[in-house]
Amino acid sequence: MDTDTPLLDVVNLHTHFFTKAGTVKAVDGIDFSVKPGETLGIVGESGSGKSITAMSILGLIPSPPGKIVDGGIYFKGENLLDKKEKQLRQIRGKEIGMVFQDPMTSLNPVFTVEKQMVETIRAHENFSKKQARDRSLELLNLVGIPDPKKRLTSYPHEFSGGMRQRIMIAIALACNPSLLIADEPTTALDVTIQAQILDLFRRMQRELDMGIIMITHDLGVVSEVCDRVMVMYAGKPAEFSETKNLFDHGKHPYTLGLMNSIPKITPEKHKLEAIDGVPPDLHGLPKGCSFAPRCKHVMESCLNIDPELKEVDNNHHVRCLLYEDSKEAVST
Amino acid sequence: MTPLLEVNHLKKHFPLKNQELFSREKPVLKAVDGISLSVNTGETLGLVGESGCGKSTAGRLMLKLLEPTEGEIYFKGQDITSVQGEQLRKLRQDMQIIFQDPYASLNPRKTIEKTIMEPMKIFNVPKSERQKKLDHLLDVVGLSPQHKERYPHEFSGGQRQRIGIARALALDPELVICDEPVSALDVSIQAQVINLMEELQDEFNLTYVFIAHDLSVVYHISDRVAVMYLGELVEIGDVHEVYNNPQHPYTQALLSAVPEANPDHERERILLTGDLPSPANPPTGCKFHTRCPIAQNICHAEAPRYKRVSENGQMAACHFAKEVVAQGT
Repeated sequence: MDTDTPLLDVVNLHTHFFTKAGTVKAVDGIDFSVKPGETLGIVGESGSGKSITAMSILGLIPSPPGKIVDGGIYFKGENLLDKKEKQLRQIRGKEIGMVFQDPMTSLNPVFTVEKQMVETIRAHENFSKKQARDRSLELLNLVGIPDPKKRLTSYPHEFSGGMRQRIMIAIALACNPSLLIADEPTTALDVTIQAQILDLFRRMQRELDMGIIMITHDLGVVSEVCDRVMVMYAGKPAEFSETKNLFDHGKHPYTLGLMNSIPKITPEKHKLEAIDGVPPDLHGLPKGCSFAPRCKHVMESCLNIDPELKEVDNNHHVRCLLYEDSKEAVST
Repeated sequence: MTPLLEVNHLKKHFPLKNQELFSREKPVLKAVDGISLSVNTGETLGLVGESGCGKSTAGRLMLKLLEPTEGEIYFKGQDITSVQGEQLRKLRQDMQIIFQDPYASLNPRKTIEKTIMEPMKIFNVPKSERQKKLDHLLDVVGLSPQHKERYPHEFSGGQRQRIGIARALALDPELVICDEPVSALDVSIQAQVINLMEELQDEFNLTYVFIAHDLSVVYHISDRVAVMYLGELVEIGDVHEVYNNPQHPYTQALLSAVPEANPDHERERILLTGDLPSPANPPTGCKFHTRCPIAQNICHAEAPRYKRVSENGQMAACHFAKEVVAQGT
């Protein structure tokens, strides 16, 4: 495949939930693409819509109450939204692998690892049981589980959290997916184990030339593994940029606020600059920019106009009225 | 100056159930296995380590919420290891705890007013003072007086943690054990609560034992830091010294594993292999030897002693740490 054509192209995605208390616009207009061999980070706090984005791509939005009301999700040029559940099932787990946050609840406690791995492989590939078992061994080896032959017949509870997450990654990689969606894959793990898992992701990506969508709240993780990153706030992108550029020249007040509010291990200690207020209630978003009530640089116009995502520099998009005219300003 | 809190060779062993038939030895889980440290008035001691290293159990032992198996606890110079009943109850006025989970640590059927007033009621604070104190507490933790009549479910995670803090401060404690107080919160809210805790420390002259697994948060808030591994202290010292010049290989690996929000900074990373061994069946000798990149034969055989590794009293328990002889001796 040509590396310039995106593997996944999400266009103007809107996923809403229709609840008794009103419509929740969990994802409200996002666009992004992922190329083969690239890692895209999606960062945001709880309720920002980052997980719903992942679920939308996978066709896992519970309906009702949820519904993708607008937009397109093009995977290798085909719109996943036009596919039937049966066709989706062929893609999910085979072409698109997924790893979720909690390795404790994503594995079935009453089946051995072998059974769960063989089941996944045979659901997608025309393998005999023996072939599927060999493939499972190979995968466990790949993700660094010691003594895979013995461990294959173990139950999930016999593994530690880090080992379970490795098994989840092994299952996700079972059919050589071209896209891997990882939703907070290291959040439940300790730092030394997190470092091992992130290292594993990097290695797998190099070997398999996968595209990865890494969903996280941790800017540290983003800085370590992502090529490009989208910062989300209240269902919309706040800023979208190459990772290095975001850390060096981040522009959106929310992005900057996030960066200043994480404690850093530097020789001098500064007081943390917290973002005031709380993340908005998606049931009743304010008119205008949804970050305005917490923003330090809020202007009168912010309360009325909901800004568009504008390109302020090459491949650097910001959704903020402060930068509304900056591209023109830079060029003149 | 006597430290506010001092623990010596503190141990907590939990009995395990699956005992082999006819076996004489009762299996135990060594959650905390001989830690000694002291906390001075007005300082913050950070207690870090991975899950299962015994840091929360250590915090609970310090408050006597758990009965230690062995060792002594001194609070303001007084041995409180075997204090019981009424005496212990009185003691608790001066030592409080803030819990990790702001959702589970508040009674859902009590209004905020009742929750924060309860400790004052128990300790017979005069009624006239209670209301004044409540208003003051709400004010300092950043909640408004209208919040008094509300129930916990009406608050966000960050606000609930503020309520937990107000409750802990209701009796003007001297020591507050903070058990992962910000790890359940979103990044932007986490910073608000950390700042609040720092302000309160100044205002009320509080002493914190800050238990957390997030190394950057601990660095930010602590004056001194203690690193735990499998129920033991592996290193303790001034936070700048420990972070800039860690002497124990575990501390080194732990610090190098912290993902840094700075893509320009290239670092050498020490990747530990393997998982934390089970505290029910810890390795012999130095407990870290199964994962240690520099382990030698001696590490399997012998537990290391604490060595003084800096002039300022940084201590590390490793056979290969360089000992610094204290000046003047």
